[in-house]
Amino acid sequence: MDAILLQILNGLDKGSAYALIALGLTLIFGTLGVVNFAHGALFMIGAFCAVTFSKMLSFSHIVVDETKKDFLGNPLKVEVPYIHDLFGVTTGDAIIDWAVPLSILFTIPVMIGIGFIMERGLIKHFYHRPHADQILVTFGLAIVLQEVIKYFYGANPIPTPAPAAFAGSFDFGAMLGFEANNIIYPYWRLVYFAFAAVIIGAVFAFLQFTTFGMVVRAGMADRETVGLLGIDIDKRFTIMFGIAAAVAGLAGVMYAPINSPNYHMGMDFLVLSFVVVVVGGMGSLPGAVLAGFLLGILESFASMAVVLEFIPGINQIIIYLVAIIILLTRPRGLMGRKGVMED
Amino acid sequence: MEFRFPVDTAFAHLCRTAGEESAGVFTIREEFMSFSNPTRRGLIKTGAIASASIALPTYLRADGHTGFTNAPQGDTVTLGFNVPQSGPYADEGADELRAFELAVEHLNGEGDGGMMQTFSSKALDGTGILGKKVQFVTGDTQTKSDAARASAKSMIEKDGAVMISGGSSSGVAVAVQALCQEAGIIFMAGLTHSNDTTGKDKRANGFRHFFNSYMSGAALAPILANEYGADRKAYHLTADYNWGYTTEEAVRSSTEALGWETVNAVKTPLTATDFSAYIAPVIQSGADVLVLNHYGGNMVNSLTNAVQFGLRGQTVNGKKFEIVVPLYSELMARGAGANIKGIIGSQNWDWSLEDKLGARYTGTNAFVQSFGTKYGFPPSQAAHTCYVQTLLYADAVTRAGSFNPCAVVEALAGFEFDGLGNGPTLYRADDHQCFKDVLVVKGKENPENQYDLVEIVEVTPAEQVTYAPDHPQFSGGSLGTCNPGA
Repeated sequence: MDAILLQILNGLDKGSAYALIALGLTLIFGTLGVVNFAHGALFMIGAFCAVTFSKMLSFSHIVVDETKKDFLGNPLKVEVPYIHDLFGVTTGDAIIDWAVPLSILFTIPVMIGIGFIMERGLIKHFYHRPHADQILVTFGLAIVLQEVIKYFYGANPIPTPAPAAFAGSFDFGAMLGFEANNIIYPYWRLVYFAFAAVIIGAVFAFLQFTTFGMVVRAGMADRETVGLLGIDIDKRFTIMFGIAAAVAGLAGVMYAPINSPNYHMGMDFLVLSFVVVVVGGMGSLPGAVLAGFLLGILESFASMAVVLEFIPGINQIIIYLVAIIILLTRPRGLMGRKGVMED
Repeated sequence: MEFRFPVDTAFAHLCRTAGEESAGVFTIREEFMSFSNPTRRGLIKTGAIASASIALPTYLRADGHTGFTNAPQGDTVTLGFNVPQSGPYADEGADELRAFELAVEHLNGEGDGGMMQTFSSKALDGTGILGKKVQFVTGDTQTKSDAARASAKSMIEKDGAVMISGGSSSGVAVAVQALCQEAGIIFMAGLTHSNDTTGKDKRANGFRHFFNSYMSGAALAPILANEYGADRKAYHLTADYNWGYTTEEAVRSSTEALGWETVNAVKTPLTATDFSAYIAPVIQSGADVLVLNHYGGNMVNSLTNAVQFGLRGQTVNGKKFEIVVPLYSELMARGAGANIKGIIGSQNWDWSLEDKLGARYTGTNAFVQSFGTKYGFPPSQAAHTCYVQTLLYADAVTRAGSFNPCAVVEALAGFEFDGLGNGPTLYRADDHQCFKDVLVVKGKENPENQYDLVEIVEVTPAEQVTYAPDHPQFSGGSLGTCNPGA
């Protein structure tokens, strides 16, 4: 029982990332009708926003320490962050320690800006082209973006730790009355899950309870009629692209402490997120979220040693296997809308 | 009609076939090269010869037939450095390339000479190799066997490389080594740690300076038993490919021989990024040690996840839970950040070796000085092994007096040397594996700077990591005979 509970917990945080990426993907697909293969790259750029912000906070000047030597035997050049000069060592270190959560403030405008540039600069030219063209151009863009990140940040993962207050883990099992030390769960993963839930809730609330959201939903249902009513739906859809980019970016920022960001992390999530969108139902926001968590949890279960003993390699194919079964039984996915991607 | 052009160009070769040579000047027979009065027959003949000439690899063309593949012509010799320039190990590849460039500089008499000053063999004199200036071409392995073979093939066939070196993966090393054997080229392996490179996949034309999985296991086990006790239960997470298997086998057999029990060993996909689903069951398995047979991004992520799940803070079976990473890499350790603190692993070499353990490891400081002055940071162990391999090749050619691969093999096999940073070393003739001391290291608790990542726990003498050539972990292959190609 405790093993099952543990894998459900593990699946929740991975599912949170899938759900956030898939939510953005399906939002773009539902509004603009574009299959955006660069969405994984936006997740990766979000993680690198955390890296960049962290580096900005640690921006330093050099002080030569004559008492210490560097690896060549020369006096050691010590980097002193400017933030120490501004706020003192204790406060400065505390700010640097909280770099990841603080970088959310930096990430939102950056990602909306990137989303806006992407949509206006490139993707809008492909609205009336076949889906294959859209996939090719956005996939190409994803490769370009990851190579740009690799050029500036290198190929190695860059450690971006969570604040010290969230660095450890807690005994979730003991809280539920299980044996001690059997269900250990890191604080930050719980934070990530809660954060994902808030973001998903906020996106749904925005679409459901605001006039802007109502117009967007109307546009998703019948773009032409909304246009005939004198509403500039293209402008609203561009804003939605920016919001979807910001959601992917925020998913990336908060994921940075879970796995050190590297230039390839977007691609690792992209294919799975597409499967999530397809399983959830193309264009369905609740479907994307549901499928994200479902597949995340299933993937965790498939990685258990006891499962692998019975079916070796199931951990690598479980998501695709489930996708095949669901698409065979429910061709539109779990919560797919009629008419989307159908001639 | 006369045309003048350098004698070693492909165009010259075409003309040699189609005309007559006299003191580097070719007179083209009119039926082959009649530009003013083209005839159908002449055009077909010329086209056929040109196509055949271009299609043939360099080493099969007439000017390559001097007894071995890519015999250097003129006053230069070309070496091929095949490193990951893209993909997940691109940073390690970049460091290897820096080391190669430095080695070429030193061989050509530029810079401060680096380890050539400390190398026990004094055959190299800074005038290139056998008086030929060393130049190099590079290829991108992408850490994919097929891409690595393609880039090595291109360097051999198009650029005339007489030796191929570099790489950061055992899969790549095994693939490129086999290609070099077929082509009659010497392969000086870069960073490759799988037993198979000099085990079941060994080749006469291939040489490995880097240590291997068996050596890691043999060096680590006594230290682990000493530090953590002989009564331990280990849980292995193993990358699902060749290197992972040989490393797991080596560490398991060495630790079990000292009393450890292996509770479980689970293979993890190479593409995995989040290892939480694999780490969570470790807690419930009753194991008190987790061995991460992972490298590169896998290692960074699995170690980070293991630390996040609080494994290191736990007490299991009345003992403190420990994590072991059999193969350390400075570049990867940097990626794992503070998570690497206190974690034990093994290394081929470390830039601080001579400072910490004295003159036995002479050459280390000379190399660090050269590298650090040129690039501004200390070299990685990948850079070290690539630099050393280049010097060893150049030295073997010089001692043999020939670039012929068979002469080089004879000079390197059984060669004993010192002064290249690892202490006294033997290139064993039976399998072309270097035998030298192995470092057992631990992630430093309080690093003084960003490069000060590990502390050396112990150096295991070469004798303790030496095994019989027919050891079961290395069985199944044959060195064969050297192939000079051409």
